[in-house]
Amino acid sequence: MTLRFDIPEENFADILVKAFTNRSFLTGFVITALVAAVAIVSFFWTPFDVTRLIIADKTQAPSPAHWFGTDHFGRDILSMIMIGARNSIAVALVAVGIGMGVGVPLGAFAAARGGIFDEAVMRLNDLVFAFPALLSAIMITAIFGPGALNAIIAIGIFNIPVFARVARAGALAIWPREFILAARAAGKGKTLITLEHVLPNIVTLLLVQGTIQFALGILAEAGLSYVGLGTQPPMPSWGRMLFDAQTRMVAAPWMAIFPGMAIAITVLGLNLLGDGIADILDPRSRRQR
Amino acid sequence: MSLLEIENLSLSIGDTPILRDVDLSVAPGEVMGLVGESGSGKSITALTVMRLLPWAARATGRVVFDGIDILAASEDQMCALRGDDIGMVFQEPMTALNPVKTIGEQVAEGIRWHTRASRADAEDRARKMLDRVGLPSAKFPLSRYPHELSGGQRQRVVIAIACALKPKLLIADEPTTALDVVLQAQTLDLLRDLVAENRMGLLLISHDLAVVTEMADRITILRHGEVMETGDTARTLSEQLHPYTRQLAQASMHVPALARTHEVGQDNPQLQAAKPLLQVAKPLLRVESVTRDYPGRRTSLLRHAASIRAVDDVSFSIDAGQSVALVGRSGCGKSTLARMVLALDGPTSGTIRFRGQVITGKSEAELKPARRDMQVVFQDPYGSFDPRQKVEKLVAEPLHVLEKKPTNAERREMVAKALHEVGLSPRDMDKYPHEFSGGQRQRLSIARAIITRPKLVVADEPVSALDVSIRAQILDLFAELNQKLGVAYLFITHDLTVARAITDQVMIMHDGRIVERGRTSEVLDHPQSEAAKALVAAAPDLHRAIARRLQEQG
Repeated sequence: MTLRFDIPEENFADILVKAFTNRSFLTGFVITALVAAVAIVSFFWTPFDVTRLIIADKTQAPSPAHWFGTDHFGRDILSMIMIGARNSIAVALVAVGIGMGVGVPLGAFAAARGGIFDEAVMRLNDLVFAFPALLSAIMITAIFGPGALNAIIAIGIFNIPVFARVARAGALAIWPREFILAARAAGKGKTLITLEHVLPNIVTLLLVQGTIQFALGILAEAGLSYVGLGTQPPMPSWGRMLFDAQTRMVAAPWMAIFPGMAIAITVLGLNLLGDGIADILDPRSRRQR
Repeated sequence: MSLLEIENLSLSIGDTPILRDVDLSVAPGEVMGLVGESGSGKSITALTVMRLLPWAARATGRVVFDGIDILAASEDQMCALRGDDIGMVFQEPMTALNPVKTIGEQVAEGIRWHTRASRADAEDRARKMLDRVGLPSAKFPLSRYPHELSGGQRQRVVIAIACALKPKLLIADEPTTALDVVLQAQTLDLLRDLVAENRMGLLLISHDLAVVTEMADRITILRHGEVMETGDTARTLSEQLHPYTRQLAQASMHVPALARTHEVGQDNPQLQAAKPLLQVAKPLLRVESVTRDYPGRRTSLLRHAASIRAVDDVSFSIDAGQSVALVGRSGCGKSTLARMVLALDGPTSGTIRFRGQVITGKSEAELKPARRDMQVVFQDPYGSFDPRQKVEKLVAEPLHVLEKKPTNAERREMVAKALHEVGLSPRDMDKYPHEFSGGQRQRLSIARAIITRPKLVVADEPVSALDVSIRAQILDLFAELNQKLGVAYLFITHDLTVARAITDQVMIMHDGRIVERGRTSEVLDHPQSEAAKALVAAAPDLHRAIARRLQEQG
């Protein structure tokens, strides 16, 4: 007899315990929660008003009054980063939503139908993949005009093939399983089987991919804003702040360092969170930590 | 002096005790059979001897192999032993071989590592070894990959690897469970010869009492990590002093005790004559010259791929309430045929009628009425349930084909009834499949199959993954439902004892054709075709094996 290590499906409490003893999940969770909290707080309160330009205070180094210094218009960098967080999160979240909302059904359907439809969807994916994502996003925003909304759409479009591929690959691994055959013998159609059996079994896969794409979305938004096609002034955005800082790198390095750190820490937090979720939900990695 | 001596071995993984005071010994040239049901600790005992335990395992007691204290030996010492003095054969030849290495490399690997032989010498020895296990290099060059071999051939390669260095002890963990009966007989013959040739000790682990009886000189029966009985095979099994031994032996030979009414009818000429009147309806299932081709591999860009014929011009019919076994070796096309009967796959040519209506080439919507009367039970009780759904939803799945959708309360009622009928509690409805044992899951599978009150249930090896005592219970359940609900069965199996236990008729399938059909007892007692003879001769039989053992000992 081979050894069959039955991996018990845990209840919610077990998963919580596991989650909070997993170092990378915990770190990622704390960082992400902190960024989200800062974004929420910025709706109600920021240390300074970022729409008021006080030229007299321009490019001040970090001080007790301005913890992160001020920029070339005398705006408080800490306040700008707080509001920027809200932008970055909103753009990335909606972009991931678009990618999942369109990509997952496409991928799952392609796996269920197979044949010509599958081929068509996947080749279309290849086509989108063939363009460098950021370059095409720049193209799209250049055509439809700069702005947060167009940035969201542009980034979202390039998330679609990513989710389509992950969903298709995951679904293809579920389809040959015996319980699918049992469902077919019970007369269920492909759509119903996909909804009832396939999607619940690939949801962890999609969740993990989601955190990765979320991090990439924040980077993409920063990239678009950096070239001036993302969020428009006076609304601050991390990418835009970096762009403004680049000519003053030597004179006012804090203008680049703090927004750069904000991006790096947020992306790091999200990646850790994604790793952590993968660890917790993947039965094969349950033994080690 | 024993080759392997295990004394008072206790083992726990984490806080769970797995083995308790296990004593076992194997002498050179002796075959020791280790029998037990799943979870009894057979495999863990074998892994302890190899010291390949999971990291959380703690073992106490004494394990002495050839004068070496295994539990105290260093990892370097163990590496020297493994594969050299102790060989191991695993159950699943598909996963025990590395798919990206040739069979020659894999056999030579151990030889080179342990003897520091040159590549050429090692390959030479590997060639000889493969020749010895029945894979002559003229037909099976060393450059073959595992996927180019059949299951039985792969198991021969695994045995060649294990025996390449003439180990003093060979541990075979369910070496034939994944093989069909004919391959099983061949593999067991090979193991027996190798033991005799090299005076090797063999620790044969199996859940199949008949296999062990045919092979082993002595037998140890394990249950819940404790040795129940140990002793000479023939005596232990003929006397059956220990209650658990008796229980195991009876389960292995179990035949459901229910009389089958329609079989009685066949014996009775009067009833037989009245049959056309009683049964005006056509046969429930009629398969007419069905053929299924699969596209083969293309050998050249220019040539069309030759197709492989999985099912070749098969015709048969099943009457209502009749129980028919479809028996054949692995790869003979029986599962393909079953899928076509279930309309999960379409035949290349031929038609299948169910309740008089053609079901081939119909759309899923047109098939709905047929699906209501036709259900399936699969082999693997672990794979046939979606791990993320609760029992209520899983068992209720076929209700989908009903014309009128039941309300939630009605649905729960029906699931509760089905669960009750298969011997489970309606309270089990809110559990997940992983909370059930293998046998219970197979009951769930049957509950799912009977919830729509079908006329035909296709069962694909429904008991081959189960322990003998559980198997007996599930066979009883099948027989009982056949009587109570009048459901007809198409039972697919390679195990003749299963066919004998619950079916009226048997069809022998070979290379895609049905070569013999008749009353189960007649076909199995007096097989006519070559294929049937081979199956019957190879099937392990506990009665026969005990009788032979006793005879040998005089």
